[in-house]
Amino acid sequence: MEITMEKIADKKTVVHQTNEVNQASKIEVKDVNVWYGDFQAIKGINMNIKPNTVTAFIGPSGCGKSTFLRLFNRMNDYIDTHRMEGKIKINGNNIYKKKVNVEELRKEIGMVFQKPNPFPKSIFENVAYGLKIQGIKDKKFIIERVEKALKQADLWEEVKDNLKKSALALSGGQQQRLCIARTLAVEPSIILMDEPTSALDPISTSKIENLIFELKKKYTIIIVTHNMQQASRISDYTAFFYIGELIEFGKTKKIFTNPEHKRTENYITGRVG
Amino acid sequence: MNSIQKNRFKDRLFMYWGMFATLIGLVLLVVFIGDILIDGLGRIDWSFITNLPSRKPDKSGIYTALIGSIWILILTAFIVIPVGVAAGLYLEEYSKKNWLSGVLEINISNLAGVPSIIYGLLGLEVFVRIMNLGASVLAGSLTLSLLILPIIIVATREAIKAVPKSIQDASYALGASKWHTIWYQILPAAGGGILTGVILALSRAVGETAPLIVVGALAYVPFAPENPMDEFSVLPIQIFNWISRPQHGFIENAAAAIIILLLITFIMNGIAVYFRNKWQKKWK
Ligand SMILES: Nc1ncnc2c1ncn2[C@@H]1O[C@H](COP(=O)(O)OP(=O)(O)OP(=O)(O)O)[C@@H](O)[C@H]1O
Ligand SMILES: [Mg+2]
Repeated sequence: MEITMEKIADKKTVVHQTNEVNQASKIEVKDVNVWYGDFQAIKGINMNIKPNTVTAFIGPSGCGKSTFLRLFNRMNDYIDTHRMEGKIKINGNNIYKKKVNVEELRKEIGMVFQKPNPFPKSIFENVAYGLKIQGIKDKKFIIERVEKALKQADLWEEVKDNLKKSALALSGGQQQRLCIARTLAVEPSIILMDEPTSALDPISTSKIENLIFELKKKYTIIIVTHNMQQASRISDYTAFFYIGELIEFGKTKKIFTNPEHKRTENYITGRVG
Repeated sequence: MNSIQKNRFKDRLFMYWGMFATLIGLVLLVVFIGDILIDGLGRIDWSFITNLPSRKPDKSGIYTALIGSIWILILTAFIVIPVGVAAGLYLEEYSKKNWLSGVLEINISNLAGVPSIIYGLLGLEVFVRIMNLGASVLAGSLTLSLLILPIIIVATREAIKAVPKSIQDASYALGASKWHTIWYQILPAAGGGILTGVILALSRAVGETAPLIVVGALAYVPFAPENPMDEFSVLPIQIFNWISRPQHGFIENAAAAIIILLLITFIMNGIAVYFRNKWQKKWK
């Protein structure tokens, strides 16, 4: 998962990337199947996700979007009945190999959940938590990181004067941006978001959408959403799932204007789901 | 009567029955406490607390029994808290859900309902005889620890279950290990509930008589225990002993000792309530 300076230099010359140093990761999914007990929730999915892109997962409720998303940071490991087959490679490394350290993996791949879930602690402690559990003690470093993450999440101006305040006293939208800041503080290379705005008002939603747009410069982002406008506004690629299968995956523009499959078209135009 | 009237009537009837049921409990408690206060309040003074037991009721005090009870309380807490909380954590967070954990779970719930005298017999056999601890404070504490262990395990599990799953998810998703998540998220959030359970269980232990009599606690000890291997008495046994004496003076003593014992349990329950409220405020 480490990228040496050489590789970065490589990428710059070969891919003609922007001037920014590219730290984002690419993801390859090969023949992935998932079961909950006897029930197959994911059926033979293959997919390649490029670095520094936003990919939207769409599809009717229960089609397996969350299940699939949670494979990338191995959050499904906690479900007793869960069983997975296939390979998921991040920068070429299969994250389902035996010797993979799941905790290390999750520092690399952050996740934002559907409902804002701040810890019942202060704003500062929330953002610093990921650093604290890594055993980082350097106060100055932590303070800098917390400020940086809160600025990145566009929350700094609103909270800078009372970082000691309980995170639970923030509004829903602020809480969700705090959860994003908390994830950014660990400096992952991939961010997974499972319907991050579904519990929020329109203004908070558009703030977070703008944020995603900014974050894409440094991160690879996958977002599950039920909101078609949102998918078309913020994503570069879109994946349409239907009962555990990946029906269509491609450039968002293409999917929304000229989909290959009838099912995709029906779903996007609101005739199904 | 139409059906709406009928339902309304039933509703009324149930409300009055509920009120009556609540009142029975309350009235009985008030009568009991009133009676005890009348009998015993006049007897309580500093010397009643600091005097050793004696053959003369008005020279007699609860010193040895009170110190015995405090010893038992503290030692039991030291033994039972680490074991009970660890067991609850293990069952809730680590053990795989299979038939074995199912059997374990049912048995722990059942253990909470076993009559306390049975624990006394167990304590007598294992701690007093096999481990050769004698009728000591330590043997008594170990016995009471067994008695309240299931209560603490169940309370710990309930408190942990009440911690929102979303908080744990957030912790894991940031790269936290299981231990970090338990230490920084689950235990602080469940702490109030666990503490409440522990205090209530301990206040039950302070009032227990039967298992300690079986283990061999004495009704008359001339000295307060000074280390865990000393012989001891406790307040409930002292009360039991005084009530069975013919002289009226001892009945007064018993009532006074009951007041002290009640005071201790009320204070402990008060602390439990205080912690619960404080925690609830902090954790929303
Ligand atoms: N822990 C679980 N145990 C058993 N079955 C599960 C579990 N989680 C999800 N499923 C099943 O797997 C399927 C996919 O669920 P998933 O949550 O991934 O869908 P989703 O696309 O995210 O739906 P939504 O849009 O409603 O969030 C569903 O049929 C669901 O019932
Ligand atoms: Mg979902």
